[in-house]
Amino acid sequence: MDDVRPNPDALLASIQTEEAKLKRGRLKIFFGMAPGVGKTYAMLKEARKEEAQGVDVVVGLVETHGRAETAQMLGGLPAAPRRKVDYRGTTLEEMDLDGIIFLRPQLVVVYELAHTNAPGSRHPKRYQDVLELLDLGINVFSTLNVQHVESRAEAVRQIAGVQVHETVPDSILEQADDIELIDVSPARLRERLAEGKVYLGARAAVASDNFFKEENLVALREIALRLTAERVDQQLRSLRKNRPAGSSGRLMVAVGPSPYSLELVRRTRRLAYAQDASWLAVAIEPEVPFPADAQRQFDKNLALARELGAEVIFTRDQDLARALLRVARENHVTQIVMGRPHGFRWNEWLNGGSLLTKLLKEGDPIDLHIIPPPVTKARWTKPRSGTLDWTGYIQASIGVLIVTGANVGFSALTGYWSLALFYLLAILLMSMRLGRGPLLLAAALSALLWDFLFIPPLYTFYIAKFEDGFMLCLFFVVALVTGQLTSRLRIEERNERQRERRASSLYRLTRSIGAATTLDEVIAQASMQIKETFDADCGFYVANSAFGLPASPHPSGELKLDEKEHGVAVWAYRNRRVAGRFTDTLASSEYFHVPLLTATKAYGVMVIKPPPERSLSLDERDLLESFAQQIALVLEKDALQSEAESARILSKSDELHRALFNSVSHELQTPLAVLQSGLDELKRVSHSQNDRVTDAMDDAMERLKRLVKNLLDSARLETGRLELRREWGDVRGLIDQAIELVGNSLQSAELQVQLPTSLPLLNVDFALMAQALANILHNAIVHGTPPIKISLIAEVSSEFLVIQVRDNGPGIPADLMQNIFDRFVRAPGAKPGGSGLGLSISKGFIQAHNGTLEAHNLPDLGCLFTLRLPLEKAPASITLQS
Amino acid sequence: MTKNPSSILVIDDELQMRRMLRISLEGAGYRVWEAGTGEEGLVEAASRRPEAILLDLSLPDMDGVTVLKRLREWSSIPILILSVRDAEQEKVAALDAGANDYVTKPFHTEELLARLRVAQRHNLPQGDLRPFEHEGLTIDFVEREVEFRGKRIDLTPTEYSLLRLLAAHAGKVLTRTHILREIWGPKSSDQSQYLRVYISQLRAKLVAAGVAEDLIKTETGIGYRLLIG
Repeated sequence: MDDVRPNPDALLASIQTEEAKLKRGRLKIFFGMAPGVGKTYAMLKEARKEEAQGVDVVVGLVETHGRAETAQMLGGLPAAPRRKVDYRGTTLEEMDLDGIIFLRPQLVVVYELAHTNAPGSRHPKRYQDVLELLDLGINVFSTLNVQHVESRAEAVRQIAGVQVHETVPDSILEQADDIELIDVSPARLRERLAEGKVYLGARAAVASDNFFKEENLVALREIALRLTAERVDQQLRSLRKNRPAGSSGRLMVAVGPSPYSLELVRRTRRLAYAQDASWLAVAIEPEVPFPADAQRQFDKNLALARELGAEVIFTRDQDLARALLRVARENHVTQIVMGRPHGFRWNEWLNGGSLLTKLLKEGDPIDLHIIPPPVTKARWTKPRSGTLDWTGYIQASIGVLIVTGANVGFSALTGYWSLALFYLLAILLMSMRLGRGPLLLAAALSALLWDFLFIPPLYTFYIAKFEDGFMLCLFFVVALVTGQLTSRLRIEERNERQRERRASSLYRLTRSIGAATTLDEVIAQASMQIKETFDADCGFYVANSAFGLPASPHPSGELKLDEKEHGVAVWAYRNRRVAGRFTDTLASSEYFHVPLLTATKAYGVMVIKPPPERSLSLDERDLLESFAQQIALVLEKDALQSEAESARILSKSDELHRALFNSVSHELQTPLAVLQSGLDELKRVSHSQNDRVTDAMDDAMERLKRLVKNLLDSARLETGRLELRREWGDVRGLIDQAIELVGNSLQSAELQVQLPTSLPLLNVDFALMAQALANILHNAIVHGTPPIKISLIAEVSSEFLVIQVRDNGPGIPADLMQNIFDRFVRAPGAKPGGSGLGLSISKGFIQAHNGTLEAHNLPDLGCLFTLRLPLEKAPASITLQS
Repeated sequence: MTKNPSSILVIDDELQMRRMLRISLEGAGYRVWEAGTGEEGLVEAASRRPEAILLDLSLPDMDGVTVLKRLREWSSIPILILSVRDAEQEKVAALDAGANDYVTKPFHTEELLARLRVAQRHNLPQGDLRPFEHEGLTIDFVEREVEFRGKRIDLTPTEYSLLRLLAAHAGKVLTRTHILREIWGPKSSDQSQYLRVYISQLRAKLVAAGVAEDLIKTETGIGYRLLIG
């Protein structure tokens, strides 16, 4: 971190952010210090302006709260229907996210970004709905009050005494492309309140005396202004690209299970933001699992840290200071933020000083920020690690009592000093099973009992001799230290075992699914391993490359899943994120959905159902995600293999097909060639150009040649293996080529070609397209009434090249109109010589170019064939300058 | 046309075809040798030293293009390819490998003889600067001028080069790759889209001046040919 060159990763990240922004929708937030400043009004006004400029605006959800001016602004803007949710007897109205996604407007207007959605909605928070819209490239306007900004919620609570429950993470503000501060003076806002423009009736009066007190508003306004200024500052800084990213360092905060951590996290974020530094939260996982409420608080603290943009790192160490410093050094942390420790803990002293002292002693050159606990609250009580387990204490007491009983017996045989050794032995044995608390009790109890029952004078706590007193103290300390050390060893051993179990279960999974040869086996093996490791049933949706996620899970899994779970799985698959239980998305689901991801693709979703009362620890979730990744890798390998295999088969069969086709073609044409040469020789020898015999043979020869050609073309179409060799070229060239192909038979007809002076270039297989057009022309000649007149007109009509061929024949009989392009269909009374293949080949070739061919009878005479070919934009290199 | 009987080697695995060709060619005054396989053909070509070769591309023992390449290692005699329709890639490969021209089965004897004549004529030494003349169309290679019945046709340099190239090989098919290489240089073979458009423009100018429409013939899938006679 000594050099100040821009970090390439950060530069790349900034480029990626830019790129992502191009595709993402833009978010504009109308930001205010309090309700009633006119955010919604301003937002709607802006939306109307956009609509007037032709932007497709939809009101996602805006509530006017009876404000007349706002209602007036809202009128006339198209509003999406709301989604009605029944919740405990009342009907709640929510924004219909799916409906809006279906409508795909360019701009969605939705108010109250911090709103909490009704239970059962896809996301718990409205801002998450908005993020999804942005991801889909839809622009969003929304409103937000300062008290709803996560990092300011605590400050607002202290100022206005209001606990804010609905908050949005600060990262939302950072993602906003535009933040417009809607500002009015506190006095003016109070006036508006009094005029009834903010709240109606009695509510206004209550508000006026509470939240809307002038001093509150001044303070809130200041926070809002500062937040906006900070944001502008941040934008300015990110504009100065050449500035080394993150050069102002990296902050780290340790997160524990205390609610106080929330404040630490917020403060760290503010510090980091102000310094333009990156930050991370380190979570020290407990030796023994937290009790349920502490675990909840712990998860909440970490969730907040993530929301506020911290990178969360888990670590595990007996020694907190050592863990913190290790993580700090690994991550080049320059500043550590921590709470001020309260009270004195004897075990800290035992372990070589308090956390703070250790950090101060060994943490050089890292700066420390010590944040005091909030004064307004009573001291946070440290949640106890481990539920208070009375059985341990009872066992300890019983153990001590048994030894005491035995000691009473032994006391007749030996001196009272050696009895202490029995107590020590007992404590040592108990430490194999019991926790620190019970051991402390055992040590104290045995010291007391020894004193009372065995140290003279007996049956008093009074100690006569100095050495007895000294011995008692020594006994107590030794008992304590022995017990603690053993129990610590035990915990370390258990952690080690747990780590090992993790590693080995991952290894087992990798090995068993790696050895599986079919998909069914992979799924079955993975299900079994998960069942073993997590005691949870699981199912798999395995995505199909063509159709995405199937409607039902893979049959080899254990779980049967309903439609609702399928919806959750689809969400997880599309968004490539975990969903369902234990997550922020669709948390009402009973199942935990983990997408099977590799670096490039999602291969499906793994659905886990842990027993209902059981929650997954972060550790376990981590392991599950590793599992999912391993499974995804196996699926990827499988998919790549089968892709390669099918490509190989396809190319092999293509090769065979081509060889067969060429051989058939050769077999048919060679005898024709012999006949043709023979016929020519016959004509030469007979010295007559108009011999009736040779003329008839000539005609027959031409017919046979055309028939063979058509049959071969038809066969090429039929097998669906038409290879288009597209090239850029002009329409005139195409028509010339078609006329060349029709050849001599055109001499009997009068062909009129009309082309505009400039036609765009075509990107087609000219050989096929010319043949298609030639067949149409030939058809016109065959069906024309002498003197045959054919006209060919080409023109461009909205992205299509249209070529029309018109003849002067009797037209197509009505009963043939339906299947004129079918094979072997011939008009009755047509001249002999046709095979009924030409038009079907034309249509096939044209359709292979995504074009259409239609036939119509003309009102007066003849019929009209209309060929439409989609035009492509010619690459620049081809446009010729004349 | 030469009165001296020239000798022709026919390499084709179809006996009937060889017989028919012998009759046609002998009727036109050629001396004919036959070979039924590629190997035999190579031996015959080396021992008989024919003045032209008709080579069928589908031979039982070896690929026609291979035969062609082996022949071209030591000989520059005119070689005509006999092949069927729908084998355009094969024909292009053969032409690019040094075949002089091709005839698609089934063909007319006249067509075959005309191709043979053209191929043999072009085998004469090059560097001919005499003006090209055909049905009123004259090309002055020295002055770089094109006229039709005394009226000048204005062509861009590229169009002129194209016409000159086709005229210099009048009657012979030129593959697209060949034309592109000649006019736009060796690295241009992937730009065949230019060619189609330039040919169109050139054709339009010639037709506008009154030249017959089929002067420049498109050989579908292969290239172009200036038709004479």
